[in-house]
Amino acid sequence: MMSVGLVFPQQAHFSAPLVLKSGALLPSFDLVYETYGTLNAAKSNAILVCHALSGHHHVAGYYADQKDNIGWWDNIIGPGRPLDTDRFFIVGVNNLGGCHGSTGPASVNPATGKHWGADFPVVTVEDWVATQARLADALGIDAWAAVIGGSLGGMQALQWTLSFPERVRHSLVIAAAAKLSAENIAFNEIARQAILSDPDFHGGNYYAHDVRPLNGLRLARMLGHITYLSDDQMAEKFGRRQRPGAGSYSFEVEFEIESYLRYQGDKFAGLFDANTYLRMTRALDYFDPALAYDGQLAAALAPAQASFLVIAFSTDWRFAPFRSREIVHALVHNGQSVAYAESNCVHGHDSFLMDDAYYHAVVAAYLQRITL
Amino acid sequence: MQIVERADFDLIASWVKPNERVLDLGCGDGSLLKRLIEERGAFGYGIEREEAGVLAAIAQGINVIQGDLEQGLAGFDDDTFNHVVLSRTLQTVRHTERLLTEMLRVGREAVVSFPNFAYWKNRVAVMNGRMPVSEDLPYEWFNTPNLRFFTLLDFEALCAKMQLVIRERQVLDEAGRLVVAGPNFLGSLAVYRLGR
Repeated sequence: MMSVGLVFPQQAHFSAPLVLKSGALLPSFDLVYETYGTLNAAKSNAILVCHALSGHHHVAGYYADQKDNIGWWDNIIGPGRPLDTDRFFIVGVNNLGGCHGSTGPASVNPATGKHWGADFPVVTVEDWVATQARLADALGIDAWAAVIGGSLGGMQALQWTLSFPERVRHSLVIAAAAKLSAENIAFNEIARQAILSDPDFHGGNYYAHDVRPLNGLRLARMLGHITYLSDDQMAEKFGRRQRPGAGSYSFEVEFEIESYLRYQGDKFAGLFDANTYLRMTRALDYFDPALAYDGQLAAALAPAQASFLVIAFSTDWRFAPFRSREIVHALVHNGQSVAYAESNCVHGHDSFLMDDAYYHAVVAAYLQRITL
Repeated sequence: MQIVERADFDLIASWVKPNERVLDLGCGDGSLLKRLIEERGAFGYGIEREEAGVLAAIAQGINVIQGDLEQGLAGFDDDTFNHVVLSRTLQTVRHTERLLTEMLRVGREAVVSFPNFAYWKNRVAVMNGRMPVSEDLPYEWFNTPNLRFFTLLDFEALCAKMQLVIRERQVLDEAGRLVVAGPNFLGSLAVYRLGR
């Protein structure tokens, strides 16, 4: 089992206007993406990987000039790996509104010649799926063999089966939910407030002031990070271990967990755009396919033609297994094809990114069944 | 312990009609469901607790749902299935009555098979002072997953108490042949179709 090795990003420009779910109109947009493996002649072996809140198009492999910059889901993609590039053609895309090359708040608005900033519209999971469909068109892919994603990516994998039922044969929904709970939204709101109340935010137009709301973004990430881990894992990894010089009765970093969160916050704030973070969390909040069906999830999922694999992790309290089972039971109610596996991986919500043997074996076994 | 061809599968398969919906509880690697799908044209789901079973069932293309039967069938709607199958598993379940009730909530018919503790060879084993080990009770007392040891008569008494309707009963010997006379003595494995 190997990595896909050297990869490079590509860019697609879409000049036809896009009407978003909010009603806002984007005159044109760019998506940056990567592909691994080879599209077969029948174009029947394509898998779309959808990313979560902080993800992007660099899913696997590394860049020639940045050998250490390994894709965020490298452990599952490659020759002989569950997403087997000897069999499948894998596509990773940076979502609209992102900050890794696709059109987003930090991009220049062609109408004004300035950064979009606050004017960049709020995008939704449905909007992402619509733009990913345009990328599929550009690549000549009529139907995905599979669409796969974890967390917010899993929501896109689910939405694909509803927006384009005939264009996705299998949907792998991992560590996700059919909608956020009040608690989930509450965490998102605190993260947004951290950004919005940062004096460097400038109403979202901080680019013009040559500053960035780093403190807000850092706080948002620190908070988010707690929800990605499990209590047991934090206890094991950090416990109450203290840093050298602790016990100074001050508010400096004294516990290892503080050091870890600050490090994660700083790292993330240096790389990510606050306006994108706001929009990603809002897309999570808004996702609720059952809303238009009186809250009846089964009715919402009825149009799907895909077969589903739903995976949850017992230590994930952000999207706990019972949230995944809601999706499973709705599909069973409708008589739709679904398999469901629950891994005991200890890494909480982040388990979906981990090289957990059982979880990866399930994905591999499921994808091996797909006829090309 | 690999049970080569489960004798009760033939009976269960004969009761399932095309396009019927089946839920197989404790489906293992999904062999029964695969057979019901391929031979009988049924549509089915299985529930399996063990990772090895779930993986094998997924590899066979079965709609397997990982879960523990002891948690009941919460989340499954009433009357979702034509048949809910519990093959050689009832004796391993702690919440016996709750599971039977749940099976007949989500399904119109419950199909239950279990080893008959009153089978004559088992009686002989106990008479000789040892717990029975047989084709249908293949474990030693210290490693058995079985929690409950009961007979045809015991099971039918429970059905009467729970007001479950016994629609059909078939009894098999160790070789998988149908037993007609003296089933509680000559039968090693019992297969029941139950209704509400």
